[in-house]
Amino acid sequence: MSPYRIATSGARIDRSRPLSFRYNGRSYTGFQGDTLASALLAAGERVLSRSWKYHRPRGIVTSGIEEPSALVQVETGSHLIPNAKMPEVELYEGMHAEGVNPWPNALNRLLSINRNFTPLFPAGFYYKTFMWPAKAWMFYERLIRKAGGLGASPAVEDADRYVHQNVHCDVLIAGGGIAGLAAALAAGRSGARVIISELQGTLGGSAHRLSGQIDGLSASEWVAEAQAALAAMPEVRIIRRGVVFGYHDHNFLTIREALTDHLPLAQRQGFRERLWRVRANQVILATGAHERPLVFGNNDLPGVMLSSAMADYVQLYGVLVAKRIVLLTSNDTAYADALILQRAGAQVTVVDVRADQKIASGYAKTARDAGVEVLRGYVPLQADGSAVVRSITVQQQKGDWASGDKRTLAADAVGMSGGWNPAIHLFSHAGGKARWNDALVCFVRGAPVPNQHSVGACNATLTLAGTLAEASLAGATAATRAGFAASEASYRVVEPDSEAVAAFWIAETGEKVSRRAKAFVDYQNDVGAADIELAIREGFESIEHIKRYTAMGFGTDQGKLGNINGMALAARAMKKPIDQVGTTTFRPNYVPISFGLFAGLERGELFDPVRKTSPHAQHVQAGAPFEDVGQWKRPWYFPRPGEDMHAAVNREVLAVRKGVGIMDASTLGKIDIQGPDAAKLLNWLYTNPWLKLEVGKARYGLMLDENGMVFDDGVTVRLAEQRFLMTTTTGGAARVLGWMERWVQTEWPDMQVYMTTVTDQWSTFAVAGPQSRAVVEKLCKDVDLSAAAFPFMSYREGTVADVKTRIMRISFSGELCFEINVPSNAGAHVWGALMAAGQEFGITPYGTEAMHVLRGEKGYIIVGQDTDGSITPHDLGMGGMVSKTKDFLGRRSLSRSHTAGGNRKQLVGLLTDDPRIVLPEGGQLTALAQIARPSVAAPVPMIGHVTSSYWSPTLNRSIAMAVVRDGQQKMGQKIYAALSDGRHVAATIASAVFYDPQGQHHHD
Amino acid sequence: MLLITCPYCGPRAESEFSCGGEAHIARPLDTDALTDAQWGDYLFMRKNPKGVHREQWNHAAGCRRWFNAERHTVSYVFSRFYKAGENPDPANANGALP
Repeated sequence: MSPYRIATSGARIDRSRPLSFRYNGRSYTGFQGDTLASALLAAGERVLSRSWKYHRPRGIVTSGIEEPSALVQVETGSHLIPNAKMPEVELYEGMHAEGVNPWPNALNRLLSINRNFTPLFPAGFYYKTFMWPAKAWMFYERLIRKAGGLGASPAVEDADRYVHQNVHCDVLIAGGGIAGLAAALAAGRSGARVIISELQGTLGGSAHRLSGQIDGLSASEWVAEAQAALAAMPEVRIIRRGVVFGYHDHNFLTIREALTDHLPLAQRQGFRERLWRVRANQVILATGAHERPLVFGNNDLPGVMLSSAMADYVQLYGVLVAKRIVLLTSNDTAYADALILQRAGAQVTVVDVRADQKIASGYAKTARDAGVEVLRGYVPLQADGSAVVRSITVQQQKGDWASGDKRTLAADAVGMSGGWNPAIHLFSHAGGKARWNDALVCFVRGAPVPNQHSVGACNATLTLAGTLAEASLAGATAATRAGFAASEASYRVVEPDSEAVAAFWIAETGEKVSRRAKAFVDYQNDVGAADIELAIREGFESIEHIKRYTAMGFGTDQGKLGNINGMALAARAMKKPIDQVGTTTFRPNYVPISFGLFAGLERGELFDPVRKTSPHAQHVQAGAPFEDVGQWKRPWYFPRPGEDMHAAVNREVLAVRKGVGIMDASTLGKIDIQGPDAAKLLNWLYTNPWLKLEVGKARYGLMLDENGMVFDDGVTVRLAEQRFLMTTTTGGAARVLGWMERWVQTEWPDMQVYMTTVTDQWSTFAVAGPQSRAVVEKLCKDVDLSAAAFPFMSYREGTVADVKTRIMRISFSGELCFEINVPSNAGAHVWGALMAAGQEFGITPYGTEAMHVLRGEKGYIIVGQDTDGSITPHDLGMGGMVSKTKDFLGRRSLSRSHTAGGNRKQLVGLLTDDPRIVLPEGGQLTALAQIARPSVAAPVPMIGHVTSSYWSPTLNRSIAMAVVRDGQQKMGQKIYAALSDGRHVAATIASAVFYDPQGQHHHD
Repeated sequence: MLLITCPYCGPRAESEFSCGGEAHIARPLDTDALTDAQWGDYLFMRKNPKGVHREQWNHAAGCRRWFNAERHTVSYVFSRFYKAGENPDPANANGALP
């Protein structure tokens, strides 16, 4: 067995179940229950990566999610998890892992040069060196990213699936340590619905490191009992491997529950992770605290770790990282760690920066009595060692200065305990403000947000007795506020007296920090104490700027480890108190979260609903490619064998002009409007008058927003005295319905009118072309379809192919057209019947592209294409549709100085001098035939742009619509389209109605 | 994710709603009587208080009803929800906050 495994402890591992795994191509063994970090430490691996900027050797620093150095790529391909932190990777049989920036590797010789020239790489080095010329940054950045930093992103689609679950509860408890469990017991006993979420696979938090007793039990025994008691409560849900990573408004929290990452690939079934979306009546934060490292020279040497991490590896995994250990501390917890390490067989020295020699009681006395060597009043200067730590030099503190006795202690591992940062991240997500507390030497939570409680170490309560009391009280209070009868429990706690923590940030030796051995603050981003001083020398004063300039806290640990040390060092350099340097705001997410978890099941086919019209299958069979219009699938064109899109569209257009075509227009928005005030409502919505429209007649309308700009258009039919059927643009249907509802509900609640969408209820087919009447006549025997009996812009009800049908004589093609509306259930049938009936006339299905060309030839606008939210009816040349005798929405804006004034972009047609050139839509227009040399100083004056542009097979030339400044006064003038290749294409401004300007055809 | 109490449906998640901005802005009855500046005030000028704000909400993915809410713009605490047309403090004729 490994010399680093000890037989007497290791609560999480099962020695009867050895596991084999591969790391960087080598085989290792560990035990069920190990993390990748504990297994590699047990195997004696100490140097696991190199730092990204200086390429210094780095090892495992922590035992948790704040790990900055030991990053790993777990598995490959579609199962790759990038940049996982070794201490959070649970080991399983057959795991394949690759270190991120492993040591030694191919970069060794190439980049270790950085180590020898570290003065060349100060903070901001990249900003200063590589930012000029600007273009070259793209090149440098690629090299720099490759050379240092993070693991590669997955290159293939994630094979895993993720699921979302919504849940309500009375009390959500974040954290399953002693505080969380005590709160859960108090709340759970009342019968409240409690969720307790613990990010690790087992409950208990730091219980295994505590030396106190609860009701005669060790903390770990108490945890086991609490767990059993909670398991027996039916309304308590325990989520293990569940990290609360976001705390949003009104007690909405998100939990990532890892379901399969701890299992061998072959055993994984179902979802990889579950996203719990929790709405909690009360929230109890019991998220613990993160131990602070200490800042001294070479504090990044492998073997220098958090003190608590060393104790964790002993207690949880039976791994003792070294036999000779020095723990550096400014507080009490290192003494408890020392006892654990000593019992595991190590020779331990505690170096405490606190000078008080009288250790009459408390943790220090307990440790000294047990044989731990204790050195008080000494501060760390520098660690030494080549690839791993071999010694630590400390110096006696005299007053504020490290100027006394200097000693070098041999050590194969050095533990750091610079105090504890309460994990107030979730508190901060919820909008809480952190406050610096000088006595506790940490940021603590400020006033809580409503219905929220903080307990235990995240509330800066570090004693066992204090934690249990406040957690139990909070659990009872929360359940009571949620409407349950709850009371707190009382616990008998025995624990050593505690001594106050000391504020220690860096040894005051009188020597400049920049002259000393590198002392790191943020390991992952290689930010040292000297870099922070440099940032301040260069004028950065805000901690937010210092962080960005030095990159402190921008690694995957998000500053959990080093940011507070960095802020304290910034305060020291600026000679200000810490609370004046600023605070820190934590934002979601607490840990990195995979995109897959957010996507959940809404990916691939389920990403967005697809809306299909009734004859969709017939369109597919006809070989039509589809165009996405919102969520709708619309046939784009119907190619015949050998045809490209251009040929198909030309054929379809000519068929409508000369014979008969049929288009599926079912996607147009349809709104049924009923009530005594229906006409009055339409009169407000549209620019033209509606009160006197006869039953059975249709009318085209323009809808404006209150700013006077066109936002939708369409034809509305009066079905009955108090009933209208409105059509809207395909994309605008929901917006128009919402617009009407809003006005009726908020401004005109007295109006008796109701509207509902019937878009999905009706299929609409436009049968268009000179032969359309002949086709419809074959299927419709109960309506007189003659022009005299059924004129343009009117409506009839009848039967088509045995289906009750609404027929409208309206046209978006400029040809004779019957719009057949049938209930959608019969849509496929009627489409088939129309196709069959039209066969003898050569009926041609046409798609959206031919529809665009047909309407373009007629100069019919498409809202959103020829308008852009800054176009009035007058700009469209449709001023005749604007009533002068009534008020309507947007009317007053039409007479505002800007809207009514000149120099507005107006809709016109364009005919290129060379009829073969089809202008690009969006192309900019200028009055200048050519620009010799456009420059930034003298840009080309643009006077408009092309909105629609097509090849017109009817006219055998190109046509375009455009908006041009004062275009309606420029008829016949030349204008030039500036193409991206530098050419200026000459065109003549003309009417946008290119075909049948008298409207003979559609009246027919 | 705010928890919003629709007066018709009860408490629901924010994702079911859309916010319509400041409430209690009546459309002027005689728009022709307004100067361009007055009409511009109606169109564009909105309160942006740090504090209590009355605003319109639509239960868009629910009952589709518009209603009003009073919300603190810093704490996001809703102090009341009421139906469109209701005046939360009758002393103030138009329902708008001073």
